[in-house]
Amino acid sequence: MATATPSASVEGLRRQRRRPWLTDRRMAFLFIAPSVILLLAISIFPLIWSVYLSFTRYKVTGIEAPVWVGLSNYHTILTNNDLYDDWHIFQVTAVIVFCAVTLEFLLGFGLALILVRKFPGRGLILTLMLTPMMLAPVIVGLFWRFMLDATFGVVNYMQSAWLHLPRVDYLDQPNTAIGSLIVADVWMWTPFMLLISVAGLSAIPRYLTEAALVDRASAWFRFRQITLPLVWPLLLIALIFRTIDAIKLFDLAFTLTGGGPGQSTLTVSYLLFTKAFNDYDTGSSSALAYIILIMVIALANIYIRNLNKVASA
Amino acid sequence: MAQQVVAAPAATREGSGGPPVILIAVGRALLAAALALAVIFFLFPIFWIVSTSFKDLRDADSPVPHFFDFTPTLDNYRHIFVQTQQTATGGTTSVSTDFPHFFFNSIVIDVAATLLALVLGTLAAYGFSRFPVPAKNDLLFFILSTRMLPPVAVLIPIFLMYTNLNLVDTYHGMILLYTTFNIPFAVWMMKGFIDEIPREYEDAAMVDGYTRFQAFYKVIVPQALPAAAATSVFLLITVWNEFVFATQLTQTATRTAPPGIAAAQTMGGIDWGLISAVSTLFVLPVVIFTFLVRNYLLRGVTFGAVRR
Repeated sequence: MATATPSASVEGLRRQRRRPWLTDRRMAFLFIAPSVILLLAISIFPLIWSVYLSFTRYKVTGIEAPVWVGLSNYHTILTNNDLYDDWHIFQVTAVIVFCAVTLEFLLGFGLALILVRKFPGRGLILTLMLTPMMLAPVIVGLFWRFMLDATFGVVNYMQSAWLHLPRVDYLDQPNTAIGSLIVADVWMWTPFMLLISVAGLSAIPRYLTEAALVDRASAWFRFRQITLPLVWPLLLIALIFRTIDAIKLFDLAFTLTGGGPGQSTLTVSYLLFTKAFNDYDTGSSSALAYIILIMVIALANIYIRNLNKVASA
Repeated sequence: MAQQVVAAPAATREGSGGPPVILIAVGRALLAAALALAVIFFLFPIFWIVSTSFKDLRDADSPVPHFFDFTPTLDNYRHIFVQTQQTATGGTTSVSTDFPHFFFNSIVIDVAATLLALVLGTLAAYGFSRFPVPAKNDLLFFILSTRMLPPVAVLIPIFLMYTNLNLVDTYHGMILLYTTFNIPFAVWMMKGFIDEIPREYEDAAMVDGYTRFQAFYKVIVPQALPAAAATSVFLLITVWNEFVFATQLTQTATRTAPPGIAAAQTMGGIDWGLISAVSTLFVLPVVIFTFLVRNYLLRGVTFGAVRR
């Protein structure tokens, strides 16, 4: 190590005589300030500005200055008097988030129970299966759109030629389009649940399960009383991340369904984007942004409270 | 099913006390089948896109899919760079496409934003890790919370701000934006890593006469380099994949690949071979990077919340 060489210490002693300009306090400030300033300027300032905008009637493309309208934007959305069927869009989002996250959780945890065992090729399979979550959602949307195509899609070919089922134009009917979106999201994010579940399961101390075996505890008992309680906090963290991210779902829907057919796969984030950049309805979209934000914070709080309860128990 | 998995390895060892051998064999076969199905489900789409990228127009857009029975061609990859077009006189000319430009922009913006965020994030992480900062936990939580917001929520005001400051469709505007987005991640990841470097290293260096700053860049920085490399891979991937802000804040000059590729599907008559080739090319660096950081993956995707 460089620090131990004699030349360094001699040079160092010479330096020490001078009083350093860079005290620890100054250094802490200089190190932290740039990051905080950048965040304040580019994340927090816009956020505060949009609180104001959410109380105004304003179009970015218009020449009129923002007009103060009070709570009217919020009122319009929450009473469903909008151009869009907001309540329906909130319901669709809830269905997508709930189904996708539940499936990802079950599949990811189930696969983790298999992959936590040691067998040849395990590392390779695990690494390969983790790739989908690192891909760009826009690209994943394109992949699935191609595979689900009614005439050229490989999925339709497989189901008609191999399973003798009728062809389905998945992206052309509301229910199947929502289903497709869920499948694509599950494909992309199950690996995330898998990764965290494998980590949680492999961290369970072996002596615990072995002690239970000596006591002739049933398999279900061991799973319920040892495995689950030990991995649950980690799974909750994974659920928090996934739920918040699923509410943000936009890129994937943009290329997979384009929000259609009609407005059937418009999620709240997609609606926000449409309001802001197709309709240029800045005031209303800012209000919607805050409604989503409050929902996200509320959901995160429920999870965190549950997490604290688990942690303290 | 689930509980059998945990039970099986120990049960076989125990012999007489466990379930009959035949049941264990059936259980294992079922598990293997389930795993095989899952592997097919998760890997088939990737195989399909990569193989389509090597098919000519007839094989790619065929109602009867060609799984392996096609003659591979590199035409799609050539078309990413040059495309032939019919001229008015009936001949054909080569036209360059926008894709190389998109990729170039993605690389420039990505590398610059990643390096900046890494430097700023490491400095802040060191500050938080080693100094008694007032309201440290609040500040750290504040930094994290900016990343939890749905990005669309800040998109509108940032769009307005960028329009007023003439930052729309500029390299420095995009670099600044992505740097800011990546700072929370860089700070949290690097703080976790720097926390793990023993303080004794710097203390020893300072006893030897180094100033605090010298100790930072001569002792801590070299120690933290592997961690910084892993962190930067996650930053690179995040910016590389970003779509929402890129569609609104870039136009022609700085348009990055994700909105560029997304737009390709609307250019009348989808050329799936070409789109597959572009996607494969776009995804390739991400797959390589993911492989390189596979041991840090858990830490990376949970914001450093889960170590091990």
